Amino acid sequence: MDFSLLRNIISRYCVGEEIWVDSRTVYIGHKEPPPGAEAYIPQRYPDNRIVSSKYTFWNFIPKNLFEQFRRIANFYFLVIFLVQLIIDTPTSPVTSGLPLFFVITVTAIKQGYEDWLRHKADCSINECPVDVVQQGKVVRTQSHKLRVGDIVVVKEDETFPCDLILLSSSRSDGTCYVTTTSLDGESSHKTYYAIPDTMAFRTEQEVDLLHATIECEQPQPDLYKFVGRINIYKDKEEPVARPLGAENLLLRGATLKNTQHIYAVAVYTGMETKMALNYQSKSQKRSAVEKSMNAFLIVYLCILISKAVINTVLKYAWQWSPDRDEPWYNHRTEHERQRHVVIRAFTDFLAFMVLFNYIIPVSMYVTVEMQKFLGSYFISWDEEMFDEELGEGAQVNTSDLNEELGQVEYVFTDKTGTLTENNMEFIECCVDGNVYIPHAICNGQILSAASSIDMIDSSPGGYRREYEDLFFRALCLCHTVQVKEEETVDGIKRGIHQGRPTSFYISSSPDEVALVEGMKRLGYTYLRLKDNYMEILNKDDEIERFELLHVLNFDSVRRRMSVIVKSSSGDYLLFCKGADSSIFPRVVSGKVEQVKARVEQNAVEGLRTLCVAYRRLSQSEYQEACHHLMEAKLALQDREQRLAQAYDIIERDFVLLGATAVEDRLQEKAADTIESLHKAGMKVWVLTGDKMETAAATCYASKLFRRTTQILELTKKRTEEQSLHDVLFELNRTVLRQRSISGLSVDCLDFGLIIDGATLSAVLKPNQEGAGHGNYREIFLEICRNCSAVLCCRMAPLQKAQIVKLIKASKEHPITLAIGDGANDVSMILEAHVGIGIMGKEGRQAARNSDYAIPKFKHLKKMLLVHGHYYYIRIAELVQYFFYKNVCFIFPQFLYQFFCGFSQQPLYDTAYLTLYNISFTSLPILLYSLVEQHVSMDTLKREPSLYRDIAKNSLLRWPVFLYWTCLGVFDAVVFFFGAYFLFDNTTFTSNGQMFGNWTFGTLIFTVLVFTVTLKLALDTHHWTWINHFVIWGSLLFYVIFSLLWGGIIWPFLNYQRMYYVFMQMLSSGPAWLSIILLITVSLLPDVIKKVLCRAMCPTATERAQRVSSVQVLEDSLAPGSGGGGGGRERDPLHPDRTCEGDSGKKAARSSDSLVPHSHSTLLSKP
Amino acid sequence: MMASSYNAKEEDGHHSGASSGTGLSKNKKPDNTAFKQQRLPAWQPILTAGSVLPAFFVIGLIFIPIGIGLYVTSNNIKEFEIDYTGVSSDSPCYNCAKNFTWNTTEPCVCTVNFTLLQPFESNVFMYYGLSNFYQNHRRYVKSRDDRQLNGDLSALTDPSKECEPYRKSGDVSIAPCGAIANSLFNDTLVLYYVDSNNSKIEVPLVKKGIAWWTDKHVKFRNPAGNSNLTLAFRDTAKPVNWAKPVYELDPSDPDNNGFINEDFIVWMRTAALPTFRKLYRIIQKKSGTTPTLPNGNYMLNITYNYPVLSFDGRKRMILSTISWMGGKNPFLGIAYITVGSICFFLGVVLLIIHHKYDNRNTSADIPS
Repeated sequence: MDFSLLRNIISRYCVGEEIWVDSRTVYIGHKEPPPGAEAYIPQRYPDNRIVSSKYTFWNFIPKNLFEQFRRIANFYFLVIFLVQLIIDTPTSPVTSGLPLFFVITVTAIKQGYEDWLRHKADCSINECPVDVVQQGKVVRTQSHKLRVGDIVVVKEDETFPCDLILLSSSRSDGTCYVTTTSLDGESSHKTYYAIPDTMAFRTEQEVDLLHATIECEQPQPDLYKFVGRINIYKDKEEPVARPLGAENLLLRGATLKNTQHIYAVAVYTGMETKMALNYQSKSQKRSAVEKSMNAFLIVYLCILISKAVINTVLKYAWQWSPDRDEPWYNHRTEHERQRHVVIRAFTDFLAFMVLFNYIIPVSMYVTVEMQKFLGSYFISWDEEMFDEELGEGAQVNTSDLNEELGQVEYVFTDKTGTLTENNMEFIECCVDGNVYIPHAICNGQILSAASSIDMIDSSPGGYRREYEDLFFRALCLCHTVQVKEEETVDGIKRGIHQGRPTSFYISSSPDEVALVEGMKRLGYTYLRLKDNYMEILNKDDEIERFELLHVLNFDSVRRRMSVIVKSSSGDYLLFCKGADSSIFPRVVSGKVEQVKARVEQNAVEGLRTLCVAYRRLSQSEYQEACHHLMEAKLALQDREQRLAQAYDIIERDFVLLGATAVEDRLQEKAADTIESLHKAGMKVWVLTGDKMETAAATCYASKLFRRTTQILELTKKRTEEQSLHDVLFELNRTVLRQRSISGLSVDCLDFGLIIDGATLSAVLKPNQEGAGHGNYREIFLEICRNCSAVLCCRMAPLQKAQIVKLIKASKEHPITLAIGDGANDVSMILEAHVGIGIMGKEGRQAARNSDYAIPKFKHLKKMLLVHGHYYYIRIAELVQYFFYKNVCFIFPQFLYQFFCGFSQQPLYDTAYLTLYNISFTSLPILLYSLVEQHVSMDTLKREPSLYRDIAKNSLLRWPVFLYWTCLGVFDAVVFFFGAYFLFDNTTFTSNGQMFGNWTFGTLIFTVLVFTVTLKLALDTHHWTWINHFVIWGSLLFYVIFSLLWGGIIWPFLNYQRMYYVFMQMLSSGPAWLSIILLITVSLLPDVIKKVLCRAMCPTATERAQRVSSVQVLEDSLAPGSGGGGGGRERDPLHPDRTCEGDSGKKAARSSDSLVPHSHSTLLSKP
Repeated sequence: MMASSYNAKEEDGHHSGASSGTGLSKNKKPDNTAFKQQRLPAWQPILTAGSVLPAFFVIGLIFIPIGIGLYVTSNNIKEFEIDYTGVSSDSPCYNCAKNFTWNTTEPCVCTVNFTLLQPFESNVFMYYGLSNFYQNHRRYVKSRDDRQLNGDLSALTDPSKECEPYRKSGDVSIAPCGAIANSLFNDTLVLYYVDSNNSKIEVPLVKKGIAWWTDKHVKFRNPAGNSNLTLAFRDTAKPVNWAKPVYELDPSDPDNNGFINEDFIVWMRTAALPTFRKLYRIIQKKSGTTPTLPNGNYMLNITYNYPVLSFDGRKRMILSTISWMGGKNPFLGIAYITVGSICFFLGVVLLIIHHKYDNRNTSADIPS
């Protein structure tokens, strides 16, 4: 040991220190190690202060501003604002400064408030009291004063203040129970162990005498991994080294349960705790809509710049003659004249940019953000997605992806816990060829095994008896189930009831609970683990005690677990249970064939099977196994790997005992959901770690595969016969041939593909052979593209993510959705475009890492088909409409430049420029984008195929965008030239007085506001009172504002150009007539386009609208009094109808009011 | 871009682990309100050919008569326009235009003769029109000080910077300042009726009521505190291009002098387009049946003070009667007729489409 310590010291200072660079040494109680043992190097660690806040009081303003202006949009508006401040621009800096200031302030206040909350939370956490052992006494201190190396006392139901190594507990066996509910959501009690050398400490004094150091790795975010070593110095002897693992490390945030108190030493504090490391933000996902929005923005930016360039060039061409540049009535200032022409041109360019900058509105970002943020509440408010049992509804973790829910093309789903309930029920076991079925109805009753034995094979009695005993004992012993005793529990149905307090079985794996409970039904009851002895109540009501020597824990690579026990007779036994594939190769004897047949039969029925085997160890074999295990456990580096090697050595030469079958029932409506997703055009892939037969059975049960589905297999079994190359090409041929046939025939056969993990990794392996073999990846994708359903079994968690990545990166760039409930699904949830977590039984990790969390798989249907669909059409309209209305807004300004000598004269007043996007036209579209329902919810659920209408971002494609932009340009041209010809050299008041340029602008602006709002009214299919209120309200607001704005000489303004302009305009008859005319003309093309499209080539959505409206009419006609039913809803409209006098609205309204009429004619025809 | 700024929920879970116990689960159930469940009662109109086509017919039927009415009204309006710029050498104002100088004390006067073929009934409005005059140029539009024009005393002696370079004359501030005021139209037009025995009868021109009432009475005000305008404006200079100071615009009528001079107010309302007209005078209707302007020969006497040739501009004098819909403007009537006809035509097209397609669509249900 001296040498090793010496080596440690040397390696710290010398070159070969890589091994130690990632570790730290903690001196328990800050005591120096014995002189000579090791140099005392005090290391600096952060204190236990948790800082989740971003800002301090001092740096809030600069830091927050910096962060906000790092966003491109904000920066753009800042630049525009600064340009307005610096140069002489047509519009006052207020017009862009005010909205920007508003946005920045609101965001800053929001972030500041959130940060203040975080500060408060930090404070309360950092100041909560903690008991620390100092000089043999318990001293109460504050949490943030805790240092690495402090010994902490934690009492029952207290939360651990930092990451601690358990030294001793009040329980005599040195264990303590902990729940990590707040960390990963698992509510089960986990057991943590103290090392044997320290577990005997009972008092502070004893603990304080401990002289030891802990060497452990530097903090890592993985909650379930910890490697360390404790060196205990006992007076002048060599230190004793003990391994430390995750089972010794108590994590910050977890709570102590069922244990009075513990002593533990702090190893990671403050921001270095695993909890803090885990709360680092996830990477930002972006929706397809956001991407198209950015593309549109770039187009508009180009339009903006080209507009400014065109105008600048034309301005200088036009100004060529000095008479035009500076006529006698309009001189420049001396200062301006002296400026160089290039500078002047550049200033003009900037001024044009400023004039036209409203084409990219600040408010769009605010509105989109608001829409997403507020809209996401509808998901969490949805009662249909509320699960009574769980007491929780859907959760929205990111509101940025709402509309992506309407764009999903590939659904990757986990099987266990997602498609199936993960509510395991023991069905049968097969011992050595004999099948035992516990009577399911007689819960908790002991059944004689013989009464339910289904003999397949009759073997010699004694031999059979021995195997049976071993098998049942194996299942009773080989598990990590805990017994939770609870007196006040209502759970008679689950507990044991034999005069003792009722108890529960708790385990992180529901399979184990099912097995142990199944054993109970077959007569073997696992009682408890006491002082390392496992107690079993056997069929004859005798208690058997086994000493638990080692647990070889389950992991997903090995797919098995083992225990080594010592029976009361002194035999060393190793029991192992695991997946058939991991057990059979290690079996040397037993009735392998019969068991294998039974296992496969069960798997086909969709049951989860486990095989059980054992091995009798001799004393020497046991010693050797112990040695292997200890060695591996003591290792500081590569412990996982070493353990795996050790397990591999120990778990061999098994004798097969039998197999178990556990049923995992399908989630309710899982099949219906999958069918709907299929109809909606989504491809559903099931990714599971389960074996192929079980998974395939589940797929059939959930209608992923139908009877008609032709199954293509791409499994290890097949690739062993043929080369992967041949299999792939053959499958590809099959698929292609079928496609060419089905192109002609009506009934097309659909394909289902089954692939396993091993083959997948072979497919995905980069091809070394070169071009000769072609790219497997491409062929595989080609096959998948033609399959309606794909099942991937035997998948490792990382492979799930790989598959998602592969599909994501394929050339169509489809939108993917991953749904799962367990920790093994987290990687794919994070990888997919949209990650959905199910609040399942396997803990909350998936839900925590997901973008949306839902209680059940069936809720996915509503999530995608209804919410996703709605959000998509809402945001698509929002984006298109915003661009449209700003084209309408700015294009007349552009046209006006041709008539004002390219002088950047704004057409509209400053107030109109500022308020157009903020208040005149913002609320109707925001509310539209929150409450619009183009088709009713029930129709969407009934007709999943409507989802195809919006697939592939169909409402935001370039042709649609072009249509909207052209519509905007057309409207702008109508506004401008309509007003132009009206104003052309004539008067239009009855008293002969003339109007000026501001009346001209106000006329255009009035037409603009009305047209743009009515255009939205035409697009609205779902008129709730909110829509009415907001649409008519904002028009009314515009009128009232204009009256007020022009009604007073505003003392704080240095210009009064709008004084009485609006009222004078309204006093003129031709102005009214032209407003009505221009609105009608602007809306006409859109109405015609809508009507023609609907009549000539209606989409499925439009047909559905039609059908539902006919249905509504039928319903309303049924009580009699034809047409009276519809009148109830329309009545509130009447006041609006009478008070508004323009024909654009009339067009919209009269067309609407005629709906019942046309339908009644339709109805009367057949 | 601004994404993630509202991800409050991500942060929420940060420390609340301990508090979100099972006790809250009861409250988590969402309310069953129509709004939260997105089931508000709603009216769901759809635009189909069948429902829209009556609207088209209605629009057509309303618009066409309106259009015809407008067109007829517009045609009944009498308008007479005469260009007196003096570009061509045979025009009477050729010399005045050509020999224009700013610093002349002797105004150039020219006379244009014209004949009205039809009598002008009721009130006749006399306009002057300018072409190629960019009153809507940005530098020009903003070159004014509304405070000064509203009678603000501080702005009178210290006008806004926007008025540059027409802000100060030497050290004295200009009132009214700015390019608009400086370029006030200052031709004087006098109209004579030449009756059958060749005697000139001056047509009475009313110079009141040509500006907006609100402009004259609220927006424009002479500097307060001094009834004598000469004293009120004593610390100011006249605009450079003006012949006389602002308090001598109409010495005869104190209610039409200074800033509240109506010609001045009319000029200060900048026109929207480079070709514009402004109301100059009103010829009141005579009592009895005699037309305001009988047909016959007229003489327009122009005091030619306003140069427009330098920027290729034109000056016109317009006489026009006015109806309820203003001056002569056939555009609105024609537009109404056109739009009405298009709507009517579309109505017919939609009727055909409706018959051809709509029946087929409703009978064919969507595949379920």
